[in-house]
Amino acid sequence: MSSRIDVSIEHRGAPEPSGKKDPNTCPKCESHYRDDELDATLWVCPHCGHHFPMKARARIASLADAGTFSEEATDVRSEDPLQFFDVRPYAGRLAEAELKTGLGEAMVIGQADLETTPCELAVMDFSFMGGSMGSAVGEKFSRACDSAAERGVPLVAVTTSGGARMQEGILSLMQLPKTVCAVEDLKDAGGALITVMAHPTTAGVLASFASLGDVVIAEPNALMSFAGPRVVQQTTREKLPDDFGLSDSNFRLGHLDAVLPRREIKPYVARLLRLFSKNGD
Amino acid sequence: MATDHELRLRERLARLRNVSLLGGARVSAELEKLERQLARIAEEATDEDIWQSVELARHDDRPYTLDYVARLLDDWVELHGDRVRADDHAIVAGLGRFDGKTIALVGHQKGRDIKDRIDRNFGSAHPEGYRKAMRVMELAERHDFPVVTLVDTPGAYPGVAAEQHGQGGTLARSHKLMARLDIPTVTCIIGEGGSGGASAIALADRVLMQENAIYSVISPEGCAAILWRDAGEAKKAAAAFKPDALHCLELGVIDAVVPEPEGGAHTDPDEAARLLGTALREALDDLEPVASDELKRRRRARFRSLGVFA
Repeated sequence: MSSRIDVSIEHRGAPEPSGKKDPNTCPKCESHYRDDELDATLWVCPHCGHHFPMKARARIASLADAGTFSEEATDVRSEDPLQFFDVRPYAGRLAEAELKTGLGEAMVIGQADLETTPCELAVMDFSFMGGSMGSAVGEKFSRACDSAAERGVPLVAVTTSGGARMQEGILSLMQLPKTVCAVEDLKDAGGALITVMAHPTTAGVLASFASLGDVVIAEPNALMSFAGPRVVQQTTREKLPDDFGLSDSNFRLGHLDAVLPRREIKPYVARLLRLFSKNGD
Repeated sequence: MATDHELRLRERLARLRNVSLLGGARVSAELEKLERQLARIAEEATDEDIWQSVELARHDDRPYTLDYVARLLDDWVELHGDRVRADDHAIVAGLGRFDGKTIALVGHQKGRDIKDRIDRNFGSAHPEGYRKAMRVMELAERHDFPVVTLVDTPGAYPGVAAEQHGQGGTLARSHKLMARLDIPTVTCIIGEGGSGGASAIALADRVLMQENAIYSVISPEGCAAILWRDAGEAKKAAAAFKPDALHCLELGVIDAVVPEPEGGAHTDPDEAARLLGTALREALDDLEPVASDELKRRRRARFRSLGVFA
Protein backbone atom coordinates (compact mmCIF):
# COMPACT_ATOMS: atom_id res chain seq x y z
CA MET A 1 0.00 0.00 0.00
CA SER A 2 2.85 2.41 0.79
CA SER A 3 3.85 2.47 -2.91
CA ARG A 4 0.49 3.96 -3.82
CA ILE A 5 0.55 7.18 -1.82
CA ASP A 6 -1.03 9.16 -4.64
CA VAL A 7 -4.25 7.27 -4.26
CA SER A 8 -5.27 9.60 -1.47
CA ILE A 9 -5.15 12.52 -3.93
CA GLU A 10 -7.64 10.86 -6.25
CA HIS A 11 -9.98 10.49 -3.34
CA ARG A 12 -9.77 14.07 -2.16
CA GLY A 13 -13.24 15.47 -1.85
CA ALA A 14 -14.85 12.07 -2.11
CA PRO A 15 -17.38 11.26 0.60
CA GLU A 16 -15.98 9.65 3.70
CA PRO A 17 -16.39 5.88 3.56
CA SER A 18 -19.32 5.05 5.82
CA GLY A 19 -17.38 2.22 7.45
CA LYS A 20 -20.26 0.00 6.50
CA LYS A 21 -19.76 -2.67 3.92
CA ASP A 22 -22.05 -2.74 0.97
CA PRO A 23 -24.76 -5.29 1.74
CA ASN A 24 -23.88 -7.10 -1.46
CA THR A 25 -20.26 -7.64 -0.48
CA CYS A 26 -19.66 -11.34 -0.03
CA PRO A 27 -18.53 -11.83 3.59
CA LYS A 28 -16.50 -14.85 2.57
CA CYS A 29 -14.60 -13.74 -0.55
CA GLU A 30 -15.23 -9.95 -0.57
CA SER A 31 -16.63 -9.96 -4.11
CA HIS A 32 -19.11 -7.17 -4.89
CA TYR A 33 -22.37 -7.60 -6.72
CA ARG A 34 -25.30 -5.56 -7.92
CA ASP A 35 -28.77 -6.65 -6.84
CA ASP A 36 -29.67 -7.88 -10.32
CA GLU A 37 -26.51 -10.00 -10.50
CA LEU A 38 -27.43 -11.73 -7.26
CA ASP A 39 -31.06 -12.05 -8.32
CA ALA A 40 -29.84 -14.05 -11.28
CA THR A 41 -27.84 -16.44 -9.08
CA LEU A 42 -30.55 -16.87 -6.39
CA TRP A 43 -28.44 -14.70 -4.06
CA VAL A 44 -25.56 -17.15 -4.04
CA CYS A 45 -22.04 -15.78 -4.60
CA PRO A 46 -20.99 -17.08 -8.04
CA HIS A 47 -17.36 -16.93 -6.94
CA CYS A 48 -17.33 -18.84 -3.64
CA GLY A 49 -20.85 -20.21 -3.17
CA HIS A 50 -21.71 -18.13 -0.10
CA HIS A 51 -25.49 -18.01 0.43
CA PHE A 52 -26.66 -14.44 1.02
CA PRO A 53 -29.86 -14.00 3.02
CA MET A 54 -32.81 -14.20 0.66
CA LYS A 55 -35.86 -11.96 1.03
CA ALA A 56 -39.24 -13.67 1.23
CA ARG A 57 -40.40 -12.37 -2.17
CA ALA A 58 -37.22 -13.50 -3.91
CA ARG A 59 -37.48 -16.88 -2.20
CA ILE A 60 -41.04 -17.33 -3.38
CA ALA A 61 -40.02 -16.37 -6.91
CA SER A 62 -37.24 -18.98 -6.73
CA LEU A 63 -39.65 -21.73 -5.68
CA ALA A 64 -43.07 -21.09 -7.20
CA ASP A 65 -43.75 -21.62 -10.90
CA ALA A 66 -44.09 -18.23 -12.58
CA GLY A 67 -47.46 -16.63 -11.94
CA THR A 68 -48.79 -19.35 -9.64
CA PHE A 69 -48.28 -17.70 -6.26
CA SER A 70 -51.42 -16.37 -4.69
CA GLU A 71 -50.79 -14.69 -1.35
CA GLU A 72 -53.06 -15.24 1.66
CA ALA A 73 -53.62 -13.48 4.97
CA THR A 74 -52.07 -10.26 3.65
CA ASP A 75 -53.94 -8.19 6.23
CA VAL A 76 -52.56 -9.88 9.36
CA ARG A 77 -50.44 -7.38 11.30
CA SER A 78 -48.77 -7.35 14.69
CA GLU A 79 -50.28 -5.40 17.53
CA ASP A 80 -48.54 -4.15 20.64
CA PRO A 81 -50.40 -5.86 23.49
CA LEU A 82 -47.86 -4.89 26.16
CA GLN A 83 -47.19 -1.34 24.90
CA PHE A 84 -43.64 -2.58 24.91
CA PHE A 85 -40.91 0.00 25.18
CA ASP A 86 -37.21 -0.78 25.42
CA VAL A 87 -34.94 1.89 24.02
CA ARG A 88 -37.57 2.43 21.34
CA PRO A 89 -41.29 1.61 21.27
CA TYR A 90 -42.22 -1.68 19.62
CA ALA A 91 -44.87 0.08 17.52
CA GLY A 92 -42.09 2.22 16.03
CA ARG A 93 -39.92 -0.78 15.29
CA LEU A 94 -42.84 -2.43 13.52
CA ALA A 95 -43.57 0.60 11.36
CA GLU A 96 -39.90 0.87 10.47
CA ALA A 97 -39.67 -2.82 9.55
CA GLU A 98 -42.71 -2.52 7.31
CA LEU A 99 -41.22 0.49 5.53
CA LYS A 100 -37.83 -1.16 5.15
CA THR A 101 -39.05 -4.51 3.86
CA GLY A 102 -42.35 -3.68 2.20
CA LEU A 103 -43.79 -6.63 4.11
CA GLY A 104 -46.57 -6.58 6.69
CA GLU A 105 -44.85 -9.22 8.81
CA ALA A 106 -41.85 -11.55 8.96
CA MET A 107 -43.73 -14.31 7.13
CA VAL A 108 -45.49 -14.47 3.76
CA ILE A 109 -47.95 -17.29 3.07
CA GLY A 110 -49.92 -18.38 0.05
CA GLN A 111 -50.76 -21.02 -2.51
CA ALA A 112 -48.34 -21.97 -5.26
CA ASP A 113 -47.34 -24.66 -7.74
CA LEU A 114 -43.83 -26.15 -7.77
CA GLU A 115 -43.05 -27.85 -11.08
CA THR A 116 -46.83 -27.94 -11.54
CA THR A 117 -47.56 -29.71 -8.21
CA PRO A 118 -49.72 -27.53 -5.95
CA CYS A 119 -48.64 -26.76 -2.39
CA GLU A 120 -48.90 -24.12 0.30
CA LEU A 121 -45.89 -21.88 1.01
CA ALA A 122 -44.96 -20.20 4.32
CA VAL A 123 -41.79 -18.18 3.85
CA MET A 124 -40.00 -16.15 6.51
CA ASP A 125 -37.98 -12.97 5.98
CA PHE A 126 -35.05 -12.22 8.27
CA SER A 127 -34.98 -8.53 7.34
CA PHE A 128 -38.30 -7.99 9.16
CA MET A 129 -37.17 -7.71 12.81
CA GLY A 130 -34.79 -10.64 12.53
CA GLY A 131 -37.56 -12.93 11.31
CA SER A 132 -38.81 -13.03 14.87
CA MET A 133 -42.04 -14.86 15.60
CA GLY A 134 -44.78 -12.87 17.30
CA SER A 135 -48.54 -13.30 17.26
CA ALA A 136 -48.89 -12.31 13.60
CA VAL A 137 -46.27 -14.79 12.37
CA GLY A 138 -47.85 -17.52 14.50
CA GLU A 139 -51.28 -16.72 13.09
CA LYS A 140 -50.05 -16.66 9.49
CA PHE A 141 -48.29 -19.99 9.89
CA SER A 142 -51.38 -21.42 11.55
CA ARG A 143 -53.55 -20.26 8.62
CA ALA A 144 -51.08 -21.73 6.15
CA CYS A 145 -51.54 -25.12 7.88
CA ASP A 146 -55.31 -24.79 7.57
CA SER A 147 -55.15 -23.73 3.95
CA ALA A 148 -52.90 -26.71 3.14
CA ALA A 149 -55.22 -29.09 5.03
CA GLU A 150 -58.34 -27.76 3.30
CA ARG A 151 -56.84 -28.18 -0.15
CA GLY A 152 -55.15 -31.49 0.71
CA VAL A 153 -51.70 -30.25 -0.33
CA PRO A 154 -48.37 -30.30 1.52
CA LEU A 155 -47.06 -27.21 3.30
CA VAL A 156 -43.54 -26.04 2.47
CA ALA A 157 -42.10 -23.77 5.15
CA VAL A 158 -38.89 -21.81 4.58
CA THR A 159 -37.56 -20.60 7.92
CA THR A 160 -35.11 -17.88 8.90
CA SER A 161 -35.57 -16.47 12.35
CA GLY A 162 -33.79 -15.38 15.49
CA GLY A 163 -36.63 -16.88 17.55
CA ALA A 164 -39.64 -15.57 19.42
CA ARG A 165 -40.27 -11.81 19.36
CA MET A 166 -39.38 -10.55 22.83
CA GLN A 167 -41.45 -7.39 22.41
CA GLU A 168 -44.63 -9.47 22.65
CA GLY A 169 -43.53 -11.08 25.91
CA ILE A 170 -45.23 -14.31 26.90
CA LEU A 171 -47.56 -14.18 23.87
CA SER A 172 -44.57 -14.70 21.60
CA LEU A 173 -43.60 -17.80 23.60
CA MET A 174 -47.16 -19.03 23.14
CA GLN A 175 -46.59 -19.08 19.39
CA LEU A 176 -44.48 -22.22 19.96
CA PRO A 177 -47.40 -24.34 21.22
CA LYS A 178 -49.72 -22.52 18.79
CA THR A 179 -47.73 -23.37 15.66
CA VAL A 180 -47.11 -26.93 16.92
CA CYS A 181 -50.88 -27.44 17.39
CA ALA A 182 -51.47 -26.10 13.87
CA VAL A 183 -48.91 -28.57 12.44
CA GLU A 184 -50.55 -31.46 14.29
CA ASP A 185 -53.98 -30.45 12.97
CA LEU A 186 -52.49 -30.45 9.47
CA LYS A 187 -50.92 -33.87 9.99
CA ASP A 188 -54.17 -35.30 11.39
CA ALA A 189 -55.87 -34.09 8.22
CA GLY A 190 -53.37 -36.16 6.22
CA GLY A 191 -51.14 -33.24 5.25
CA ALA A 192 -47.36 -33.17 5.09
CA LEU A 193 -44.91 -30.50 6.21
CA ILE A 194 -41.59 -29.94 4.48
CA THR A 195 -39.23 -27.49 6.16
CA VAL A 196 -36.33 -25.73 4.53
CA MET A 197 -34.10 -24.05 7.09
CA ALA A 198 -32.18 -21.03 5.89
CA HIS A 199 -29.58 -19.15 7.92
CA PRO A 200 -30.35 -18.66 10.78
CA THR A 201 -33.13 -20.83 12.18
CA THR A 202 -32.75 -20.62 15.93
CA ALA A 203 -34.51 -20.63 19.31
CA GLY A 204 -38.31 -20.51 19.26
CA VAL A 205 -38.75 -21.35 15.60
CA LEU A 206 -36.31 -24.28 15.75
CA ALA A 207 -37.99 -25.46 18.97
CA SER A 208 -41.43 -25.48 17.34
CA PHE A 209 -42.79 -25.97 13.82
CA ALA A 210 -39.47 -25.87 11.93
CA SER A 211 -38.24 -29.09 13.52
CA LEU A 212 -41.54 -30.88 12.95
CA GLY A 213 -41.26 -31.25 9.18
CA ASP A 214 -41.90 -34.73 7.81
CA VAL A 215 -38.81 -33.89 5.82
CA VAL A 216 -36.37 -31.29 7.11
CA ILE A 217 -33.60 -29.85 4.96
CA ALA A 218 -31.28 -26.88 5.32
CA GLU A 219 -29.07 -24.62 3.26
CA PRO A 220 -25.27 -24.84 3.54
CA ASN A 221 -23.75 -23.03 6.53
CA ALA A 222 -27.12 -22.20 8.03
CA LEU A 223 -26.96 -21.77 11.80
CA MET A 224 -29.60 -23.94 13.41
CA SER A 225 -29.21 -24.01 17.15
CA PHE A 226 -31.62 -23.52 20.04
CA ALA A 227 -29.20 -21.18 21.81
CA GLY A 228 -26.89 -18.94 19.81
CA PRO A 229 -23.11 -19.51 19.85
CA ARG A 230 -22.51 -16.39 21.96
CA VAL A 231 -24.97 -17.48 24.66
CA VAL A 232 -23.52 -20.99 24.73
CA GLN A 233 -19.98 -19.62 24.93
CA GLN A 234 -20.85 -17.22 27.75
CA THR A 235 -22.81 -19.81 29.72
CA THR A 236 -20.43 -22.71 29.45
CA ARG A 237 -17.05 -21.00 28.86
CA GLU A 238 -16.33 -23.93 26.58
CA LYS A 239 -14.48 -23.50 23.32
CA LEU A 240 -17.08 -24.10 20.65
CA PRO A 241 -16.38 -26.35 17.69
CA ASP A 242 -15.78 -24.34 14.49
CA ASP A 243 -18.92 -25.72 12.90
CA PHE A 244 -21.06 -25.23 16.02
CA GLY A 245 -24.76 -25.40 15.19
CA LEU A 246 -24.20 -25.24 11.43
CA SER A 247 -26.31 -27.27 9.05
CA ASP A 248 -23.46 -29.57 8.01
CA SER A 249 -22.77 -30.61 11.59
CA ASN A 250 -26.49 -31.02 12.21
CA PHE A 251 -26.69 -33.27 9.16
CA ARG A 252 -23.79 -35.35 10.46
CA LEU A 253 -25.49 -35.61 13.86
CA GLY A 254 -28.72 -36.88 12.33
CA HIS A 255 -30.96 -33.84 12.71
CA LEU A 256 -31.51 -33.21 8.99
CA ASP A 257 -32.51 -35.15 5.90
CA ALA A 258 -30.27 -33.14 3.58
CA VAL A 259 -28.15 -30.03 3.21
CA LEU A 260 -28.71 -28.61 -0.24
CA PRO A 261 -27.35 -25.60 -2.12
CA ARG A 262 -30.09 -23.15 -2.99
CA ARG A 263 -30.39 -24.00 -6.67
CA GLU A 264 -31.11 -27.66 -5.81
CA ILE A 265 -33.90 -26.88 -3.35
CA LYS A 266 -36.75 -26.38 -5.82
CA PRO A 267 -36.20 -29.66 -7.72
CA TYR A 268 -35.76 -31.55 -4.44
CA VAL A 269 -38.93 -30.12 -2.88
CA ALA A 270 -40.88 -30.63 -6.12
CA ARG A 271 -39.83 -34.29 -6.18
CA LEU A 272 -41.07 -34.67 -2.59
CA LEU A 273 -44.35 -32.96 -3.42
CA ARG A 274 -44.93 -35.46 -6.23
CA LEU A 275 -44.15 -38.32 -3.82
CA PHE A 276 -46.54 -36.99 -1.21
CA SER A 277 -49.41 -36.35 -3.60
CA LYS A 278 -51.88 -39.20 -3.72
CA ASN A 279 -51.40 -41.57 -6.64
CA GLY A 280 -53.46 -40.57 -9.62
CA ASP A 281 -53.81 -36.92 -8.51
CA MET B 1 -47.36 2.82 31.65
CA ALA B 2 -50.48 1.60 33.41
CA THR B 3 -51.73 5.16 33.59
CA ASP B 4 -51.28 5.68 29.85
CA HIS B 5 -53.25 2.55 29.30
CA GLU B 6 -55.87 3.70 31.73
CA LEU B 7 -56.23 7.05 30.01
CA ARG B 8 -56.69 5.39 26.66
CA LEU B 9 -59.32 3.06 28.08
CA ARG B 10 -61.16 5.97 29.66
CA GLU B 11 -61.16 7.79 26.33
CA ARG B 12 -62.57 4.77 24.54
CA LEU B 13 -65.10 4.33 27.28
CA ALA B 14 -66.26 7.94 26.95
CA ARG B 15 -66.59 7.55 23.16
CA LEU B 16 -68.53 4.33 23.53
CA ARG B 17 -70.87 5.88 26.10
CA ASN B 18 -71.87 8.46 23.47
CA VAL B 19 -72.37 5.82 20.82
CA SER B 20 -74.44 3.66 23.11
CA LEU B 21 -77.17 6.30 23.06
CA LEU B 22 -77.97 4.81 19.69
CA GLY B 23 -78.41 1.45 21.32
CA GLY B 24 -76.87 -1.85 20.25
CA ALA B 25 -75.99 -4.89 22.33
CA ARG B 26 -72.45 -5.17 21.01
CA VAL B 27 -71.58 -1.74 22.22
CA SER B 28 -72.89 -2.33 25.69
CA ALA B 29 -70.99 -5.61 25.95
CA GLU B 30 -67.88 -3.71 24.92
CA LEU B 31 -68.63 -1.11 27.57
CA GLU B 32 -68.89 -3.74 30.24
CA LYS B 33 -65.62 -5.27 29.14
CA LEU B 34 -63.86 -1.92 29.31
CA GLU B 35 -65.28 -1.15 32.72
CA ARG B 36 -64.10 -4.51 34.01
CA GLN B 37 -60.65 -3.83 32.62
CA LEU B 38 -60.58 -0.44 34.30
CA ALA B 39 -61.51 -2.01 37.61
CA ARG B 40 -58.67 -4.50 37.14
CA ILE B 41 -56.16 -1.77 36.39
CA ALA B 42 -56.81 -0.23 39.77
CA GLU B 43 -55.33 -3.38 41.28
CA GLU B 44 -52.87 -4.09 38.48
CA ALA B 45 -49.37 -5.20 39.40
CA THR B 46 -46.93 -2.31 39.51
CA ASP B 47 -43.36 -2.61 38.23
CA GLU B 48 -42.28 -3.23 41.81
CA ASP B 49 -44.82 -6.05 42.22
CA ILE B 50 -43.55 -7.62 39.01
CA TRP B 51 -39.96 -7.55 40.21
CA GLN B 52 -41.04 -8.98 43.53
CA SER B 53 -42.58 -11.91 41.65
CA VAL B 54 -39.29 -12.44 39.83
CA GLU B 55 -37.45 -12.55 43.15
CA LEU B 56 -39.99 -14.80 44.86
CA ALA B 57 -40.14 -17.15 41.87
CA ARG B 58 -36.37 -17.63 42.23
CA HIS B 59 -36.28 -17.64 46.04
CA ASP B 60 -33.73 -20.12 47.43
CA ASP B 61 -36.30 -21.62 49.78
CA ARG B 62 -39.16 -21.85 47.30
CA PRO B 63 -40.70 -25.34 47.21
CA TYR B 64 -39.57 -27.35 44.18
CA THR B 65 -41.26 -30.19 42.32
CA LEU B 66 -40.17 -32.96 44.70
CA ASP B 67 -41.32 -30.90 47.71
CA TYR B 68 -44.82 -30.94 46.24
CA VAL B 69 -44.54 -34.61 45.26
CA ALA B 70 -43.74 -35.50 48.87
CA ARG B 71 -46.77 -33.59 50.11
CA LEU B 72 -49.33 -34.42 47.44
CA LEU B 73 -48.62 -37.92 46.11
CA ASP B 74 -48.73 -41.35 47.75
CA ASP B 75 -46.73 -44.35 46.55
CA TRP B 76 -44.42 -42.14 44.45
CA VAL B 77 -42.11 -44.09 42.18
CA GLU B 78 -39.58 -41.99 40.34
CA LEU B 79 -38.63 -43.26 36.90
CA HIS B 80 -35.18 -42.61 35.53
CA GLY B 81 -33.46 -42.28 32.20
CA ASP B 82 -34.44 -41.47 28.65
CA ARG B 83 -33.73 -45.02 27.37
CA VAL B 84 -31.28 -43.53 24.89
CA ARG B 85 -28.39 -41.89 26.61
CA ALA B 86 -28.72 -40.60 30.17
CA ASP B 87 -30.77 -39.69 33.20
CA ASP B 88 -31.10 -35.92 33.35
CA HIS B 89 -31.60 -34.82 36.96
CA ALA B 90 -32.96 -31.40 35.95
CA ILE B 91 -36.28 -33.10 35.17
CA VAL B 92 -37.98 -35.65 37.42
CA ALA B 93 -40.73 -37.96 36.25
CA GLY B 94 -42.67 -40.77 37.80
CA LEU B 95 -45.93 -42.30 38.89
CA GLY B 96 -47.84 -41.73 42.07
CA ARG B 97 -51.28 -41.67 43.55
CA PHE B 98 -53.14 -38.39 43.80
CA ASP B 99 -56.49 -38.61 45.62
CA GLY B 100 -56.36 -42.37 45.30
CA LYS B 101 -55.88 -42.36 41.51
CA THR B 102 -52.66 -43.06 39.63
CA ILE B 103 -51.20 -40.09 37.79
CA ALA B 104 -47.92 -39.43 36.03
CA LEU B 105 -46.02 -36.38 37.17
CA VAL B 106 -43.24 -34.60 35.31
CA GLY B 107 -41.45 -31.53 36.57
CA HIS B 108 -38.28 -29.51 36.46
CA GLN B 109 -36.22 -29.93 39.60
CA LYS B 110 -33.77 -27.46 41.10
CA GLY B 111 -31.28 -28.26 43.83
CA ARG B 112 -31.24 -26.95 47.37
CA ASP B 113 -27.53 -26.86 48.33
CA ILE B 114 -24.68 -26.14 45.94
CA LYS B 115 -23.84 -29.78 45.26
CA ASP B 116 -27.47 -30.62 44.61
CA ARG B 117 -27.87 -27.54 42.44
CA ILE B 118 -25.01 -28.57 40.22
CA ASP B 119 -26.37 -32.11 40.03
CA ARG B 120 -29.74 -30.70 38.94
CA ASN B 121 -28.01 -28.22 36.63
CA PHE B 122 -30.04 -25.39 38.24
CA GLY B 123 -33.20 -26.81 36.69
CA SER B 124 -31.91 -26.42 33.12
CA ALA B 125 -32.50 -29.66 31.29
CA HIS B 126 -30.70 -31.21 28.34
CA PRO B 127 -32.61 -33.01 25.55
CA GLU B 128 -32.24 -36.18 27.63
CA GLY B 129 -34.50 -34.68 30.29
CA TYR B 130 -37.23 -33.85 27.78
CA ARG B 131 -36.92 -37.33 26.29
CA LYS B 132 -37.47 -38.79 29.75
CA ALA B 133 -40.51 -36.54 30.15
CA MET B 134 -41.89 -37.73 26.81
CA ARG B 135 -41.29 -41.37 27.62
CA VAL B 136 -43.23 -41.09 30.87
CA MET B 137 -46.08 -39.15 29.24
CA GLU B 138 -46.38 -41.88 26.60
CA LEU B 139 -46.46 -44.49 29.33
CA ALA B 140 -49.23 -42.54 31.07
CA GLU B 141 -51.23 -42.32 27.87
CA ARG B 142 -51.02 -46.06 27.30
CA HIS B 143 -52.42 -46.70 30.78
CA ASP B 144 -54.92 -43.84 30.77
CA PHE B 145 -53.26 -42.00 33.67
CA PRO B 146 -53.71 -38.21 33.72
CA VAL B 147 -50.47 -36.20 33.47
CA VAL B 148 -49.53 -33.34 35.79
CA THR B 149 -46.49 -31.23 34.91
CA LEU B 150 -44.80 -28.72 37.20
CA VAL B 151 -42.71 -26.06 35.47
CA ASP B 152 -39.71 -24.49 37.19
CA THR B 153 -36.77 -23.77 34.92
CA PRO B 154 -34.70 -20.76 33.91
CA GLY B 155 -34.69 -22.33 30.44
CA ALA B 156 -33.46 -25.36 28.51
CA TYR B 157 -29.68 -25.68 28.87
CA PRO B 158 -27.61 -23.80 26.28
CA GLY B 159 -24.58 -26.09 25.99
CA VAL B 160 -22.56 -27.64 23.18
CA ALA B 161 -23.63 -31.21 23.99
CA ALA B 162 -27.25 -30.13 24.44
CA GLU B 163 -27.19 -28.59 20.96
CA GLN B 164 -25.47 -31.59 19.42
CA HIS B 165 -28.07 -33.87 20.95
CA GLY B 166 -30.82 -31.80 19.35
CA GLN B 167 -32.14 -29.39 21.98
CA GLY B 168 -34.35 -27.45 19.54
CA GLY B 169 -35.83 -30.50 17.85
CA THR B 170 -36.41 -32.26 21.16
CA LEU B 171 -38.31 -29.29 22.59
CA ALA B 172 -40.40 -29.20 19.41
CA ARG B 173 -41.21 -32.90 19.77
CA SER B 174 -42.11 -32.50 23.43
CA HIS B 175 -44.61 -29.76 22.48
CA LYS B 176 -45.88 -32.05 19.74
CA LEU B 177 -46.34 -35.04 22.02
CA MET B 178 -48.41 -32.96 24.43
CA ALA B 179 -50.54 -31.70 21.53
CA ARG B 180 -51.32 -35.34 20.69
CA LEU B 181 -51.93 -36.86 24.13
CA ASP B 182 -55.27 -38.63 24.56
CA ILE B 183 -55.38 -38.10 28.32
CA PRO B 184 -56.16 -35.14 30.59
CA THR B 185 -53.15 -32.93 31.25
CA VAL B 186 -52.69 -30.17 33.81
CA THR B 187 -49.68 -27.88 34.15
CA CYS B 188 -48.75 -25.52 36.93
CA ILE B 189 -45.94 -22.98 36.68
CA ILE B 190 -44.49 -23.19 40.19
CA GLY B 191 -41.43 -20.95 39.90
CA GLU B 192 -39.61 -19.84 36.79
CA GLY B 193 -41.32 -20.58 33.50
CA GLY B 194 -38.37 -19.86 31.27
CA SER B 195 -38.93 -19.92 27.53
CA GLY B 196 -39.15 -23.01 25.28
CA GLY B 197 -37.80 -25.25 28.02
CA ALA B 198 -40.91 -24.35 30.03
CA SER B 199 -43.58 -24.38 27.31
CA ALA B 200 -42.31 -27.77 26.04
CA ILE B 201 -43.96 -29.44 29.05
CA ALA B 202 -46.77 -26.91 29.46
CA LEU B 203 -48.99 -27.62 26.44
CA ALA B 204 -51.77 -28.88 28.68
CA ASP B 205 -55.57 -28.85 28.89
CA ARG B 206 -55.35 -26.57 31.92
CA VAL B 207 -52.46 -24.24 32.60
CA LEU B 208 -52.27 -22.94 36.16
CA MET B 209 -49.73 -20.59 37.64
CA GLN B 210 -48.81 -19.87 41.22
CA GLU B 211 -49.32 -16.31 42.38
CA ASN B 212 -45.62 -15.48 42.55
CA ALA B 213 -44.38 -17.55 39.64
CA ILE B 214 -43.17 -16.01 36.40
CA TYR B 215 -43.68 -17.19 32.82
CA SER B 216 -41.70 -15.53 30.08
CA VAL B 217 -40.18 -15.80 26.65
CA ILE B 218 -36.70 -14.95 27.94
CA SER B 219 -35.14 -14.22 31.33
CA PRO B 220 -35.24 -10.56 32.40
CA GLU B 221 -31.42 -10.55 32.27
CA GLY B 222 -31.35 -12.05 28.79
CA CYS B 223 -33.91 -9.56 27.50
CA ALA B 224 -32.02 -6.65 29.06
CA ALA B 225 -28.73 -7.86 27.56
CA ILE B 226 -30.24 -7.95 24.08
CA LEU B 227 -32.53 -4.92 24.00
CA TRP B 228 -30.78 -2.60 26.46
CA ARG B 229 -27.33 -4.15 25.87
CA ASP B 230 -26.96 -4.26 29.65
CA ALA B 231 -28.00 -7.25 31.77
CA GLY B 232 -28.20 -4.87 34.74
CA GLU B 233 -31.42 -3.45 33.34
CA ALA B 234 -33.26 -6.68 34.19
CA LYS B 235 -35.79 -4.86 36.35
CA LYS B 236 -36.74 -2.56 33.47
CA ALA B 237 -36.99 -5.53 31.12
CA ALA B 238 -39.27 -7.43 33.50
CA ALA B 239 -41.51 -4.38 33.85
CA ALA B 240 -41.69 -4.17 30.05
CA PHE B 241 -42.47 -7.80 29.24
CA LYS B 242 -44.60 -8.51 32.31
CA PRO B 243 -43.94 -12.15 33.24
CA ASP B 244 -46.18 -12.13 36.35
CA ALA B 245 -49.25 -14.30 36.86
CA LEU B 246 -51.82 -11.48 36.64
CA HIS B 247 -50.62 -10.41 33.21
CA CYS B 248 -50.46 -14.01 32.01
CA LEU B 249 -54.06 -14.44 33.14
CA GLU B 250 -55.11 -11.23 31.44
CA LEU B 251 -53.55 -12.35 28.15
CA GLY B 252 -55.29 -15.74 28.33
CA VAL B 253 -51.99 -17.62 28.60
CA ILE B 254 -53.01 -19.30 31.85
CA ASP B 255 -56.44 -20.42 33.05
CA ALA B 256 -56.15 -19.64 36.74
CA VAL B 257 -53.83 -18.25 39.39
CA VAL B 258 -53.07 -20.60 42.29
CA PRO B 259 -52.84 -18.64 45.54
CA GLU B 260 -49.76 -18.90 47.76
CA PRO B 261 -49.44 -18.37 51.52
CA GLU B 262 -48.94 -14.75 52.57
CA GLY B 263 -45.36 -13.74 51.80
CA GLY B 264 -44.80 -16.48 49.22
CA ALA B 265 -44.78 -20.28 48.93
CA HIS B 266 -41.48 -20.59 50.82
CA THR B 267 -42.98 -19.21 54.04
CA ASP B 268 -45.25 -22.23 54.42
CA PRO B 269 -44.59 -25.10 51.97
CA ASP B 270 -47.31 -27.29 53.51
CA GLU B 271 -49.95 -24.64 52.92
CA ALA B 272 -48.57 -23.94 49.44
CA ALA B 273 -48.87 -27.65 48.64
CA ARG B 274 -52.42 -27.77 50.00
CA LEU B 275 -53.45 -24.83 47.80
CA LEU B 276 -51.74 -26.35 44.77
CA GLY B 277 -53.39 -29.70 45.47
CA THR B 278 -56.83 -28.10 45.58
CA ALA B 279 -56.26 -26.38 42.23
CA LEU B 280 -54.92 -29.55 40.57
CA ARG B 281 -57.86 -31.57 41.92
CA GLU B 282 -60.39 -29.07 40.55
CA ALA B 283 -58.73 -29.07 37.14
CA LEU B 284 -58.49 -32.87 36.93
CA ASP B 285 -62.11 -33.32 38.08
CA ASP B 286 -63.18 -30.87 35.39
CA LEU B 287 -61.36 -32.78 32.68
CA GLU B 288 -62.19 -36.31 33.73
CA PRO B 289 -65.59 -36.61 32.01
CA VAL B 290 -64.38 -35.10 28.72
CA ALA B 291 -63.86 -37.60 25.87
CA SER B 292 -60.27 -37.87 24.67
CA ASP B 293 -60.94 -36.57 21.13
CA GLU B 294 -62.75 -33.60 22.57
CA LEU B 295 -59.93 -32.95 25.06
CA LYS B 296 -57.41 -32.85 22.24
CA ARG B 297 -59.61 -30.67 20.06
CA ARG B 298 -60.18 -28.15 22.84
CA ARG B 299 -56.51 -28.18 23.87
CA ARG B 300 -55.34 -27.37 20.38
CA ALA B 301 -58.07 -24.77 19.87
CA ARG B 302 -57.05 -23.11 23.14
CA PHE B 303 -53.40 -22.76 22.14
CA ARG B 304 -54.23 -21.84 18.57
CA SER B 305 -56.29 -18.90 19.84
CA LEU B 306 -53.35 -17.33 21.70
CA GLY B 307 -51.91 -14.11 20.34
CA VAL B 308 -52.94 -10.54 19.68
CA PHE B 309 -52.87 -9.32 16.08
CA ALA B 310 -54.79 -7.07 13.77
